[in-house]
Amino acid sequence: MTAILDAADKPLFTGADWNYDAIRRTYDAIEAVALKELGLNTYPNQIEVITAEQMLDAYSSIGMPLMYRHWSFGKHFARDEAMYRKGYRGLAYEIVINSNPCISYIMEENSMTMQALVMAHAAFGHNHFFKNNQLFLQWTDANGILPYLEFAKSYITHCEERYGLAAVERVLDAAHALMGQGVHRYPKKRMFDLREEEKRERERREYEEQTFNDLWRTLPKGAEAKTAIKGEAERKALLGLPEENILYFLEKKAPKLEHWEREILRIVRHIAQYFYPQKQTKVMNEGCASFVHYSIMNRLHEKGQLTDGSMLEFLHSHTSVVFQPDFDDPRYSGINPYALGFAMMEDIVRIATNPDEEDRQWFPDLAGRGDPWGALREAWADYRDESFILQYLSPRLMRKLRLFALKDNADDPVMLVEKIHNERGYRDLRRRLARQYDLGYHEPDIQVVDVDLAGDRRLMLQHRVSGGVLLDEGEALAVLRHLANLWGYEVSLREISPDDRVLKEHPPVPPADRPG
Amino acid sequence: MMNIIDRRLNPQGKSLANRQRFLRRAREQVVKAVRDAAGKRGIQDLENGDKISIPMGGVREPAFHRSSQGGVRDYVLPGNKEFIEGDTLQRPKSEGGGGGEGDASDSGGGEDEFRFVLSREEFLDIFLEDLELPDLVKQKVKQSESHTLARAGYSVTGSPANLNLVRTMRNSLSRRIALRRPRLDDLEELEREIAALEESRADPERLAELREEHVRLTLKSKRIPFLDPVDVRYNRFQSVPKPMAQAVMFCVMDVSGSMTEHMKDLAKRFFMLLYLFLKRRYKAVDIVFIRHTHEAKEVDEDTFFYSAETGGTVVSTALEEMRRVMVERYPESDWNIYGAQASDGDNMSSDNAKCIALLRDAILPACQYYAYLEVASESNIGLSALGRETDLWRTYKTLLRPELPLAMRRVRSRREIFPVFRDLFARDRTGASP
Repeated sequence: MTAILDAADKPLFTGADWNYDAIRRTYDAIEAVALKELGLNTYPNQIEVITAEQMLDAYSSIGMPLMYRHWSFGKHFARDEAMYRKGYRGLAYEIVINSNPCISYIMEENSMTMQALVMAHAAFGHNHFFKNNQLFLQWTDANGILPYLEFAKSYITHCEERYGLAAVERVLDAAHALMGQGVHRYPKKRMFDLREEEKRERERREYEEQTFNDLWRTLPKGAEAKTAIKGEAERKALLGLPEENILYFLEKKAPKLEHWEREILRIVRHIAQYFYPQKQTKVMNEGCASFVHYSIMNRLHEKGQLTDGSMLEFLHSHTSVVFQPDFDDPRYSGINPYALGFAMMEDIVRIATNPDEEDRQWFPDLAGRGDPWGALREAWADYRDESFILQYLSPRLMRKLRLFALKDNADDPVMLVEKIHNERGYRDLRRRLARQYDLGYHEPDIQVVDVDLAGDRRLMLQHRVSGGVLLDEGEALAVLRHLANLWGYEVSLREISPDDRVLKEHPPVPPADRPG
Repeated sequence: MMNIIDRRLNPQGKSLANRQRFLRRAREQVVKAVRDAAGKRGIQDLENGDKISIPMGGVREPAFHRSSQGGVRDYVLPGNKEFIEGDTLQRPKSEGGGGGEGDASDSGGGEDEFRFVLSREEFLDIFLEDLELPDLVKQKVKQSESHTLARAGYSVTGSPANLNLVRTMRNSLSRRIALRRPRLDDLEELEREIAALEESRADPERLAELREEHVRLTLKSKRIPFLDPVDVRYNRFQSVPKPMAQAVMFCVMDVSGSMTEHMKDLAKRFFMLLYLFLKRRYKAVDIVFIRHTHEAKEVDEDTFFYSAETGGTVVSTALEEMRRVMVERYPESDWNIYGAQASDGDNMSSDNAKCIALLRDAILPACQYYAYLEVASESNIGLSALGRETDLWRTYKTLLRPELPLAMRRVRSRREIFPVFRDLFARDRTGASP
């Protein structure tokens, strides 16, 4: 460590070209700042240099280094490649994987400054977030994910060889369509160890071979068995209804699935669950990583380890990353999570070290407490986007972003500005912005509510509509078809309002014939 | 603690399997798009893979999401300039106004067209799908003079260069195990034990026993060789007849004054298609260009298509030239021969009988396939539709019979080229029809 400090006033690198020595030197310098000065706590890092094509590969397989095979990944690759070739879209500078060790991909085309930025951003910013945020700790298993994906890949390849591509594709298509409804939103028990999954798969199969689900008995039975399932309540209890994790429900209860089909559903469900925390922490995760890279790069520059030229190059790309166009700007496409996240982190540091009167009123605990990095680390550990915004968005930042709330009621001819960034609006504005990041609020709430066991075994779903926004009909129909294929019998969907009025009844969808 | 790994040299094309799955999935749409693209595009560019667009329909990945219409929505937007509470805004025409729901739609709806790039191979594969060269089999059977060596299992004899080490050692190992040849480790272990006992002199009885054992094992390992001639295996090669992998394509075209640029263009397109097609099937494809007026000449490609010539029209000269080239350079026994003739159908009437004789006696028997393409100007549709047949057409028609590899088609516009071509080479060809 002393060697690094001694060399402090010598730039780590000059010019745009990178080599392994420079990367290692820079990494060490970044690590010194990140661990000693910022107090970050990270998984060990693994940095992998890849080509543009490999980056596209990683894109198409949802950022994972290995993935089972499916046509949709080929489709995404084809589209991304076409867009990239035409110059419509650049590639990300990096991809980082929540695993232990934490894998960051850096592209060979990047200049050395960009490599430094990427390392600070991904290998320390994201890495720290993955290792410390509560959601990630609760829902993902960084140690097990790569071995699990390897198991998933070989398992599905094995299924393809044994049961044919078409049969596997049919299950995967359906499972992908239901991926959004394949997560447990509330922890039921401690997450298991993904590495154990392969063993569990074997055990489950053996267990199921030995047991027999009486619920689906089709043989004629004695009179006393007929009355076994009496009321609706008992039936639902037996089936574990209502259940919002549709993939889970199908895996456990669908009558016609083969063992391997259930296992594929389980794999897709695990992957969906693995990504669930990422969906809920976009702002925080990117804000954390951006603020970390910004602080580290500035610190390196202060120490004389970064040339002015590199610093300018860095600032150029940093500002374009955290740029937030106004709502009426043609470039506007929603609130940029990098921009909002970065601004909030900056704001927390300001409130902790240099608060004004307003901050003292709004954040009595935080204002002037000193130790800004301690405050940030606490925030990163304990919140998700929704609660983070609800807790930390300051009036000053709302003014700076000039936020306003708009109500768009389809029944009115015009939209109404309900709140703006003023004394009357702050709290409501903050609440509404936080709600935009609440997955539970803006993803449709769809549950399996009942199965017609006595009749045609129809599966009944229910969408609890919020804000009067129904499901997209065409898409819903397509998903229901997939669902019916898995369930094996008809599936119906009903959309109901919060006060239990039926708003829309989708016609029941029968399953398609099995191929082959 | 950091690892840095260079992955750039990892095998490329990791997503190939996914791509194949995707193309298979979207097969119907892709085939249609390729056919459309081929129709619009110049034949010259055909060989390059290209961007194609397919409708999203079959490759949509649906998911439950909230509709973009109706209901009550709240947005929080940045960049307020002049609004105060209670202001009203017109709803923007396009989707927008608020991007709060932007995330919801980017996984599914939105796009109607899906664009991507097909590689040259993929394009041609799909383009020429279902087409087949007629009478390939016949020629293959006829041709079995050249031979090539192919691996064919193992043999117990052979030259040292062909020694198959893996097989040999495997046999050796299994023989040694089966005969219980003592392992070197065991012998050494025994020797160590003996040495230890000799040192300590503790148990002379045991020592004697061990010595005896050692002698026995040493003898045994000498009796059972490490590598025995029985173990040795060689790679075996077998000579197999090599199917003929070369073809020659004769392009014959009338270039007399009556052939307009339009007609030449049609002919060129047809020739190009045939060339592409042959190239997919044969390793080497030669092209011979023969053009004719009242006399015929073998020329290079440029001259063939672009230089102007005047004169009368005597088709038999071209056929005669073709026969000459065939005899001189492309003996029937070594080459698959394909002929394609394009003409506007004019011929000197006195020449027709000679044409028939040449085709019937010299050319068609040697050819795999001979296609006659009659090109007409687009404005001619009315007349031709009435069924006026040209001299040459009438003449060739008399030759049509199942055992002769002759096919005739009429083409008037570019759009017809590809259908006609497909028609000629479609897999379940029902023979030439006039």
